[in-house]
Amino acid sequence: MPPHQIRELKQFKKIMQQYETVIILTPLLSEEAVKEVLTKFNKLMKDNGAEIIHEDNWGLRKLAYPIQKKKTGHYHLIEFKAPGEFINKLEVEYKRDERIMRFLTISLDKHALAYNEKKRSGAFKKKATKIEEVAK
Amino acid sequence: MAKDQIQYVTAPKVDENRKKYCRFKKNGIQYIDYKDENFLMKFVNDQGKVLPRRLTGTSLKFQRKVSQAVKRARHIGLLPYVADSLK
Repeated sequence: MPPHQIRELKQFKKIMQQYETVIILTPLLSEEAVKEVLTKFNKLMKDNGAEIIHEDNWGLRKLAYPIQKKKTGHYHLIEFKAPGEFINKLEVEYKRDERIMRFLTISLDKHALAYNEKKRSGAFKKKATKIEEVAK
Repeated sequence: MAKDQIQYVTAPKVDENRKKYCRFKKNGIQYIDYKDENFLMKFVNDQGKVLPRRLTGTSLKFQRKVSQAVKRARHIGLLPYVADSLK
């Protein structure tokens, strides 16, 4: 099938693609404030017909280089399914929110989906612990 | 045994003859995670630049994916854009 037909079909059926977004919040926020930001965006996603699949909080991490003169940041990862038009809207919201220093949204292809699935089931963690055991 | 007692006048060239290979093709890795900065460290030099294919042996298909992943990691502050002594 030619690509423009596939695109039409997707729009017709409203096929949702899977996306992944990493956001970095300012380190000045307290834990409650972080939760507040996250619930705000969760609500935004749900209101726009997105379906959250996985969330992961990496906590406060050191940045490789200063962003907005800050050396650390709260990292948060959200994996979700959404119609394509929603992504623009989401990124505009990210830009408007001053508490978000940086964000990255990518669409996931089939290999990425398989990888994330595997990661969530803990296949990689087991490997890592095995290596540690050998090292001991 | 006699085999163990063989001594070379010059050190044997082992590394030079070894053929480089693409580690992604060999291990069947399909997707390179941009969030795994320790893995991506293998593909950048100590200035934070992406290493060329002629050094790492990566195939063109996966070199493109590596560079994409490194750029994404830089954007979200996992890898530096510029560094002095990364390793």
